Amino acid sequence: MIRLIPRTQPSKAMIFLSPLLALTLTAVTAFFIFAFILTDIEVSSVFYTLFVEPLIDTYYISELLVKAAPLIMIALGLSIGFRAGVWNIGAEGQYVIGGITGGAVGLYFYNVEGFWLIPLMSLAAILGGMFYAGIAAFLKTKYQVNEILVTLMLTYVAVLFLSAMLQGPMRNPSGFNFPESRPFHDSALLPIIWQGTRLNIGLIIAVILSFVTWFGIKRHLSGLQIKITGSAPRAAKFAGFDDKKTIWFALLISGGVAGLAGLFEVIGPAGQITPGLPQFYGFTAIIVAFLSRLHPIAIIFSSLLIALTYIGGENVQIYFNLPSSITNIFQGMLLFYFLACDVLIQYKIVFFKTIRQKL
Amino acid sequence: MANRKLTSILKFSLLSSMLAFTGGAFADPVKAAFVYIGPTGDHGWTYAHDQGANMVQDQLGDGVVITRIESVAENSDSERVITSLARKNDIIFTTSFGYMNPTVKVAARYPDVKFEHATGYMRPTDNISTYSARFYEGRHVIGKIAGRMTNSNIIGYIASFPIPEVIRGINAAFLAAKSVNPDIQIKIVWVYTWFDPGKEADAARALIAQGADIIMQHTDSTAPMTVAEDEGVLAFGQASDMTAWGPNAHLTSIIDEWGPYYVARVKAVADGTWTSTDTFDGVAEGMVEFAPFTNMPDEVMWEAQDTILDLDAGAVHPFTGPINKQDGSPWLAEGETPPMFPDIITMDFYVEGIDSKYPN
Repeated sequence: MIRLIPRTQPSKAMIFLSPLLALTLTAVTAFFIFAFILTDIEVSSVFYTLFVEPLIDTYYISELLVKAAPLIMIALGLSIGFRAGVWNIGAEGQYVIGGITGGAVGLYFYNVEGFWLIPLMSLAAILGGMFYAGIAAFLKTKYQVNEILVTLMLTYVAVLFLSAMLQGPMRNPSGFNFPESRPFHDSALLPIIWQGTRLNIGLIIAVILSFVTWFGIKRHLSGLQIKITGSAPRAAKFAGFDDKKTIWFALLISGGVAGLAGLFEVIGPAGQITPGLPQFYGFTAIIVAFLSRLHPIAIIFSSLLIALTYIGGENVQIYFNLPSSITNIFQGMLLFYFLACDVLIQYKIVFFKTIRQKL
Repeated sequence: MANRKLTSILKFSLLSSMLAFTGGAFADPVKAAFVYIGPTGDHGWTYAHDQGANMVQDQLGDGVVITRIESVAENSDSERVITSLARKNDIIFTTSFGYMNPTVKVAARYPDVKFEHATGYMRPTDNISTYSARFYEGRHVIGKIAGRMTNSNIIGYIASFPIPEVIRGINAAFLAAKSVNPDIQIKIVWVYTWFDPGKEADAARALIAQGADIIMQHTDSTAPMTVAEDEGVLAFGQASDMTAWGPNAHLTSIIDEWGPYYVARVKAVADGTWTSTDTFDGVAEGMVEFAPFTNMPDEVMWEAQDTILDLDAGAVHPFTGPINKQDGSPWLAEGETPPMFPDIITMDFYVEGIDSKYPN
């Protein structure tokens, strides 16, 4: 019989090394998988395409950053909630709603120039995402409805709402009745920070938000409140912390940031609102948040790592004709090894001989 | 002695490399890439395009190097995929409508690469062509078969997205069925996906529960055919021959035959004769074909064959007046056929007699 016993003193060094260990284990496993299934391709060149090329080719570096930016933003918001034990699984829905509400403002002021336009759209996107996550907060605090279910179900509603909007009021009037908005006017598009690529100011905002969150968690009372509510709810009650406030706070923050990320997608790399807006950033960000142990600065790095699996996986498909599931396999293995490492850092395995009790 | 040998080897290798170089100017293979919306194993839309790519490979052999990338989502990722391909290819086929704006953007940045976008309408630069097929001619044929074969007079239609292509299919199938069976009704379920076997199967079951005994699909998986087989009703396959998934249910499949077009376009790149064009071919040109007719009496099959011959000859048009719109307002007068633009290209209404709310 196997049991997990908590370690009294988890190794400090291992806590820092475990992400690297997980990465190494993923690479080793991947090596064996490739060596097993690929007979006529050199495994080393597959590895090069997967892990090295995206890091040295300037075009792919820019795309890596483009892909990481929304993941950073959404994962940040989620990590705050996860710290407090508030499980917002539906960031995808809040992201879509933010894209719609923010995008709607941009479409309303189509062809209007103004420095105020993008801030106004951003505000609309944040409010949209907040409202959408707020539904879950309301149901949770008022009727104790599980926020995991509510946020997840509302994601499906958001996707249907998106397609209704694109069939109706947001449809491109000169788009041959295809369900797409018109492309945003230049003044409603995010400024590009690296000419010749798609990298926009969203990345800078995402990084700033990471540092703000880090500071907030370390220095601000609400950070402490969130941490204690998450790790010791009863203690938090005795300390006079209002858990309802924490639930509202966690959901509004994560919803607002996800909404903003949705807007940044439609006025960033996408350039228009299409039915393809939901692209699982909201769900992938959950992996990102846990890979970084909910640490705001670590989120930047794990977002880049996940972005690397996307872009490397895509190129492996292009160069070697491998199936698209490669990306998913990598993400799954990464998370699996990482969580496994973490469990083994916190716990030790003890083998018991089964003791037969006398009856 | 050794030196002389070395020089002769060097001379020889220089000569042969020069030969290879000049020869290469003619034999350099065309690099062609295909971007797919679904998995190549969907046995529907993507499978049909992939069959087309195979035909290019078979016919051009060493003259072409083909890259295929599947399951590319219609979002900002697609622009990166198309860019990656544009860096290494001569011609790129983007085979879904949602790739339109990304294709246009990348084409503007890579003027030397040729782009072929399926089902779109934008050709702002002269290195983009668009192509699609008159699938509604296929729907016209299967509509007639459905009208004859149904007992319950209810056709169940699994629709993907309310875009003009899908609307055309519904209208064409309904009108053809009604022309041979005035009591026909059509029930439509929108699944808002091109490929989701689970949703497609659920939709098929829901339609059968509502009394449909013939299933038509405008989605890409074989799931509806399998459900039809299990439930003992009839069904039409989509994009490729789906007989194997419903040996007792399968009537025929509308087959998308992209191969000849792809071969011609890749050859045009090799010859240097490629130009920006807009292609919208149908039964007559061989872009829309049919799987073998099965599970139907001979008279029904003959009628279908005659309809195909009429389409081949251009003697019939699936939309021939008098036709009213769903709200009763007139669309086409007696004997009138609609212009390609805007009526067919932008179709966004049901015809009269379809008892289902237009999705808005």
